Amino acid sequence: MAGTAVRGRLTWQVATVGSVSDETASVRTLELDVPGWAGHQAGQHLDVRLTADDGYVAERSYSIASAPDEPVMITVERLADGEVSPYLTEEVRPGDDFEIRGPIGGYFVWPWQDPDSPLLLLAGGSGVVPFRSILRHRAKIGSTVPARLLYSARSLPDVIYHAELATPRDDVEVIYTLTRQQPAGWTGHSGRVTDALLGEVAWPPGQHPIAYVCGPTAFVESVAAGLVGLGYPPDRVKTERYGGVGGP
Amino acid sequence: MSPISRGFHGRRRESPAETGRVPPGQYVTTDFPVLSAGPTPHTELTGWTFTIRQAGDTIKSWTWEDMRALPAEEVTADIHCVTKWSKLDTRWQAVSIDTLLAQVEHDAPYALAFSDGGYTTNLPVADITGGQAWLAFGYDGAPLQPEHGGPARLLVPHLYFWKSAKWVRGLELLAADEPGFWERYGYHNYGDPWREQRYAGD
Repeated sequence: MAGTAVRGRLTWQVATVGSVSDETASVRTLELDVPGWAGHQAGQHLDVRLTADDGYVAERSYSIASAPDEPVMITVERLADGEVSPYLTEEVRPGDDFEIRGPIGGYFVWPWQDPDSPLLLLAGGSGVVPFRSILRHRAKIGSTVPARLLYSARSLPDVIYHAELATPRDDVEVIYTLTRQQPAGWTGHSGRVTDALLGEVAWPPGQHPIAYVCGPTAFVESVAAGLVGLGYPPDRVKTERYGGVGGP
Repeated sequence: MSPISRGFHGRRRESPAETGRVPPGQYVTTDFPVLSAGPTPHTELTGWTFTIRQAGDTIKSWTWEDMRALPAEEVTADIHCVTKWSKLDTRWQAVSIDTLLAQVEHDAPYALAFSDGGYTTNLPVADITGGQAWLAFGYDGAPLQPEHGGPARLLVPHLYFWKSAKWVRGLELLAADEPGFWERYGYHNYGDPWREQRYAGD
């Protein structure tokens, strides 16, 4: 298959933190001011580089949470044993600078080839981040391709972008399953994504859908295998492990 | 000159055991993260072959039994993924690519590894010979699991780990270099972690 156009060298650019907004108790979205940002496709990611005052540096990758024509945003989940994510979710303030480079990754992007294919997005935890970019982009370009998001989260308070996903601003169907804890009166799905739930939610393969799966490894392995079991051709199932870890 | 990230101190400076072993921009993990572009193929050993092709022709092919009958090595290596993690002292059971290529006559300078699921990656032959690359079928004493590339994957630890193609089924020997899957999506053509060759142009 043809690759997307390879840009020139990706250089480190200074990003200034604009607004910060908390998505959940452990997840924060940062809007970044990046003069000269080359633009991105929905679903791509970028690298962040932090530099300590003794010259020590740490790099990590994060999915881009904003649509291509919006300011660059990343949504970061604080990892208990993390080094960069605690800084980005707890320490960083508007006006702070760090370096980024990107956009990176030309495969886990939407639109892809046939832009009329029904879109199936399957998110585990913070794997939902690139899907905000994709869904915002879909709305902004006025795409009418049918779209469904199946989102597996530990509990309702762990759902990232809950308000945005609950807004009936377009015709995207959002189906939740809560794996650890369900609120009283919860009428949605509970537990991990089973093949039965997948069969209920997934567009029939005959409609020539395109699926994007993003989340922790166990989630991605099981969901991707389930889709293949339903008859999805493997090359119509794009996978990415964790919101923040893209590419190979 | 990189701006100082106010309030960032970092806490993963190299331990003495790691000194000189972690390429720039990498961090050490004890997990074994999994990364691939699509669903994990599950290939039966009965139909498995490893094939060397040149100019469209098969010049040598091994069944699973053929391959396992070849001399195997225990390889201990540090591996470096372009997504930033490195894992030290990984232990593999593997057949050297030297052993495989010794059974074919060729003078090709490039190779394109190809895998179940359609994945490809390109490597100079000089980088997969001379004791630098293996066909790995075991990890830590157990059969290599499908999500980590089993039944067999390439192991080319001196390059970023996407060059160590999972589910590998053979090598196409080429007179001219030809980019593989990630190399066509903006990743570096060669991928030396010590020169931080992550993306095209690095």
